[in-house]
Amino acid sequence: MTKRNITVGVTGLNNIDSPGPGIPVIRGLKESKHFNCRIIGLSYDAMEPGIYMHEVVDKTYQIPLPSAGQQSLLTRLEYIHQQEKLDVIIPNFDAELYNFIKLQDTLKSMGISTFLPTLEQFEERHKSALPAFGEKYGIKVPKSRMINSMAEIHSLAYEFGYPLVVKGKFYDASVAYSPDQAMAYFNKISGKWGLPIIIQQYTPGTEVNLTGLGDGKGKLTGAVPMRKTYITDKGKAWAGVTLEDRELMKIAEKMVAGNKWRGGFELEMIRTDRNEYYLIEINPRFPAWVHLATGSGQNHPEALVRMALGEDINPYKRYEVGKMFVRYSWDQIVDLKEFENISTFGEL
Amino acid sequence: MNLLKNLALSDTGFVFNPATGDSFSVNPIGLDILKLLKNGKSENEIRKSLLDAYQTDKETVEKDLYDFFKMLEQLKLTEQ
Amino acid sequence: MKMSNKKALYERPLIQRINTGLMNKFGTKTEYAPVTHIDTFSVKDLITQYGSPVFVLSERTIRNTYKEANRAFKTRYPKVQFAWSYKTNYINAICNIFHQEGSWAEVVSGFEYAKALKNGVPGNRVIFNGPDKTDEDLRSAINNNSPIHIDHLDELYRLTELAEEMKKRPNVAIRVNMDTGIYPMWDRFGFNYENGQAWDAINKIILGDKLELIGLHCHIGTFMLSPSAYATAAYKLSDLALGIKQKFNKQIQYIDMGGGFASKNTLKGSYLPGEDTSPTFDQFAEAICTALLNAGFTDKDLPLLILETGRALIDEAGYLLGSVIANKRLADGRRATILDFGVNIMFTSFWYNHKISPAQEFSSYTEDTVMYGPLCMNIDVIRDHATLPPLKKDDHVVVHTVGAYNMTQWMQFIAMRPAVVLLGMDGKSHLIRKRETLENIEMNEVMPDILNTFKLS
Repeated sequence: MTKRNITVGVTGLNNIDSPGPGIPVIRGLKESKHFNCRIIGLSYDAMEPGIYMHEVVDKTYQIPLPSAGQQSLLTRLEYIHQQEKLDVIIPNFDAELYNFIKLQDTLKSMGISTFLPTLEQFEERHKSALPAFGEKYGIKVPKSRMINSMAEIHSLAYEFGYPLVVKGKFYDASVAYSPDQAMAYFNKISGKWGLPIIIQQYTPGTEVNLTGLGDGKGKLTGAVPMRKTYITDKGKAWAGVTLEDRELMKIAEKMVAGNKWRGGFELEMIRTDRNEYYLIEINPRFPAWVHLATGSGQNHPEALVRMALGEDINPYKRYEVGKMFVRYSWDQIVDLKEFENISTFGEL
Repeated sequence: MNLLKNLALSDTGFVFNPATGDSFSVNPIGLDILKLLKNGKSENEIRKSLLDAYQTDKETVEKDLYDFFKMLEQLKLTEQ
Repeated sequence: MKMSNKKALYERPLIQRINTGLMNKFGTKTEYAPVTHIDTFSVKDLITQYGSPVFVLSERTIRNTYKEANRAFKTRYPKVQFAWSYKTNYINAICNIFHQEGSWAEVVSGFEYAKALKNGVPGNRVIFNGPDKTDEDLRSAINNNSPIHIDHLDELYRLTELAEEMKKRPNVAIRVNMDTGIYPMWDRFGFNYENGQAWDAINKIILGDKLELIGLHCHIGTFMLSPSAYATAAYKLSDLALGIKQKFNKQIQYIDMGGGFASKNTLKGSYLPGEDTSPTFDQFAEAICTALLNAGFTDKDLPLLILETGRALIDEAGYLLGSVIANKRLADGRRATILDFGVNIMFTSFWYNHKISPAQEFSSYTEDTVMYGPLCMNIDVIRDHATLPPLKKDDHVVVHTVGAYNMTQWMQFIAMRPAVVLLGMDGKSHLIRKRETLENIEMNEVMPDILNTFKLS
């Protein structure tokens, strides 16, 4: 089979100790049987390791942070498109998705395809809206509520008891064992991600995750469940193993059938001792461990690109159970000139 | 004002301090000043050179040079 | 001069540490693109003519925004009426633009009430809201047949007494507060829906038979970013209206959804710019109108929908033009720019990160800057952090989206308040509020004779 040459823009090159999904997504694309992918990295910071990984990222451009707004992003993408003729962009950060979703039609008219959830799908899975989401799609969700001021922390003891989980709008979650701790996390997380803060009932059990891909029409194109077998001190997966978990697969199928999810996603769930599944979070994009799916027989990044380009594809049916990933870190040697180029010209 | 001797200036406006590992960016006029300093020019000579090269006036150059030198000190780019 | 033109353009020398994790400069040019003109008017000329600082409002933007809001609601619901929220901006010229467009007036004090009448708004087109209405205010509103929106039981009882005394039947509505799923819930104004206070108040009014209940009112919050909360509110008010119909066979004339729609400003602490995230009028209209149409009214019973939107109708039309007084370097190395306007006239800088543009061309180099006002007070901060080109003394800046609340909440503190200018659709700029003078401020001061003279050695 001859492989088609395409150019794909990918964000999330922050392959650090708590990595972004960019590099794992790119590795899937590089292993594609259908495409020869030229990879254009889109970075926010000159220190994102992917910028310097020339064996997987062909060229990188800096793009403005999401807080600069859609117009700034579009202007920059127009420039990059002029240089590179992008076929597809895969955004990999939660915080940038709003802008990309809003811009998807404009990008399409420029010839750049994406495969993103709709704004409605994106919004209704927000942490703050999760209880309503759970009710709508028949998935159990731990009790939670939004707070906008530290004064509200006093009332939490009656409502949730301690410990409880303090979560940010986009990222970050910490377990607080006392009101003092809750206040400290409130400050820390709201300082970084703004308000509101989400307070969630603490649900003990085993965390199980699923990386999935919805076709936008109600079908689950691919899904692989995983349990973290080793975590870093930040709670991020260090190693994990694919599971045979029918119940979790059913939940993913039910959700995708219900909301017609389009694009990559991750379900973070707690399986309690009584084998009940509680939804903790839905990430509206591939997780950083998505390469485990590729490694166990389901190349989700490739499938996403094919769907973005309008191909109809058959859902993946199988994956290898008991496949593991073990993360490692790698010190790249980088010439100062490269850092100078990316930080002075915004390109490398 | 003496600039650190081993400070690396690039024509792109990228400045690297090999002693601390810090890097900086300067605008074109800032780069001109750093180059003049590196060549051992005095403050008076720099002032004159800027007045010759740019559309500006004495007071502005004096104020701005004062501020720029203070920044160089603050960023620890000068010999103590 | 000819000689100097051959020289390169001057710009202040800048050096910045390359920090990781901060806003990178690539593609962020729109952040500090210069704004030299508003509509067709030159910023520089406006400042020359009216002084610095000066508030300017674009008549074109006001009328276009109003038409946009009106279209959004009228294409979805048969009976819609806007009432201009005086407290948002009560400069008479501005009020009259809205009245020309067809807006009633919505006021929250005797002062505003008098202003609306003086502008020529008929009494029965002035909605009287707010917790503080004096007997004098109430008498005047009763005489003018103005809709009085009752805030609390004390007011309800007082109105009943006045109705008897004046032998008139005042037109009233009650303000209802409720849980619409948003935080914080505004429960300090009006009667609560969930605990039955609102229904009790309705019963007292109808059974008391001294006041004519013509409407139901709510105002669920401010700077609302969630249209769905309005849908909830519309359902709850409809529920009360249908309850009145069922129990008393009485039809109320209107449902007043209040205001609170967010403008395109960016709230402090929010991550994405308001320009991209604030809901459109269409989204608010869709939520409210769908809820009302589906609530269970028959076609002929559909109440009039009143909207008291203020902020979203006027914020974008307003700009503050000002000048740089000085630049300085703070102890920690940060750049600070002192402007000739402060929180005294731009009260909203306490809760927004107002967009600030330079009013002249620059190169692409920028510096992180703290923007201070001219007051001799530490709280006088316009922006904690802005990325701007190297502004110098006397350069001009344009602050965006200041049309709401600033020209009513501004303070006369250590300086006079600036002029307000309307950029007319006739191509002319019109002074609509003069710059204050020392005489204006001292006009109401009284000097006792014993303090008339003093001697300093």
